[in-house]
Amino acid sequence: MTAKVSFDEVEVGTELPPQEFPVTRATLVQYAGASGDFNPIHWNERFAREVGLPDVIAHGMFTMAEAVRVVTDWTGDPGAVVEYGVRFTKPVVVPDDDTGALIRVTAKVAAKLDDRRVRVDLTATSEGQKVLGMSRAVVRLA
Amino acid sequence: MALDQSFVGRSYPPTAPYEVGREKIREFAEAIGDANPVFTDTEAAKALGYPDVIAPPTFVFAITFKAAGQVIADPQLGLDYSRVVHGDQKFAYSRPVRAGDRLAVTSTIEAIKSLAGNDILDIRGEVHDEAGEHVVTAWTKLVARAAEEA
Repeated sequence: MTAKVSFDEVEVGTELPPQEFPVTRATLVQYAGASGDFNPIHWNERFAREVGLPDVIAHGMFTMAEAVRVVTDWTGDPGAVVEYGVRFTKPVVVPDDDTGALIRVTAKVAAKLDDRRVRVDLTATSEGQKVLGMSRAVVRLA
Repeated sequence: MALDQSFVGRSYPPTAPYEVGREKIREFAEAIGDANPVFTDTEAAKALGYPDVIAPPTFVFAITFKAAGQVIADPQLGLDYSRVVHGDQKFAYSRPVRAGDRLAVTSTIEAIKSLAGNDILDIRGEVHDEAGEHVVTAWTKLVARAAEEA
């Protein structure tokens, strides 16, 4: 309800502070429990390979949850997100080691809309591959 | 096998209400590593104008996807779930989900397409609170990959 960023202060092209989100096998197990998504492709390497994946992959919804943090950390109010959509283009492959994978997210203001709302376009990559496409959030600013 | 186009527009009965708990929101926020106090501290949530802690934007997917299970498991539709991947996901919010909400989901099949042997299914989940007010709509695109040639 009360974003800390003012609509009047942003312009089309304004970049949001980028962030990096590490993801390990332990992260995926924790996310599986919290979200109720126990699909074995997210924790069982043998199963993942059997269905043709290179290794265990992160939940798409985990990546989606991390990416929008660039927007919600910027505005301070996660409830100010009015719309949020993504396309899952490539999986985030999570190797069985202590470092896991890294999801890098950048974002910029793509359009100023009515009612003090802006559209933010997000880019999420892992290992240089774009993992989300058409990733857009509409957020209401102060 | 291509899915039956006559299922487009079919709606399923609203789900029994899911009660959103503070500790479930905390567990989810911790799982995504998001320390924003609006998810865990009622006072912080009130300072932003909310009556109780709110949930991260994607939290509601757990509820809408479970509801979409009615569609996925509909034997008449005949979707091969073992070949399904999540294609797109979108949410449109009237307000954030918050602790104490009792949310019911009405799932509707918005579109069925067949592309290069893949079945593409668009499911819309309308989420309403106990007062019948709209909270969020979730659009989920599922792609059932074509079966490999024997």
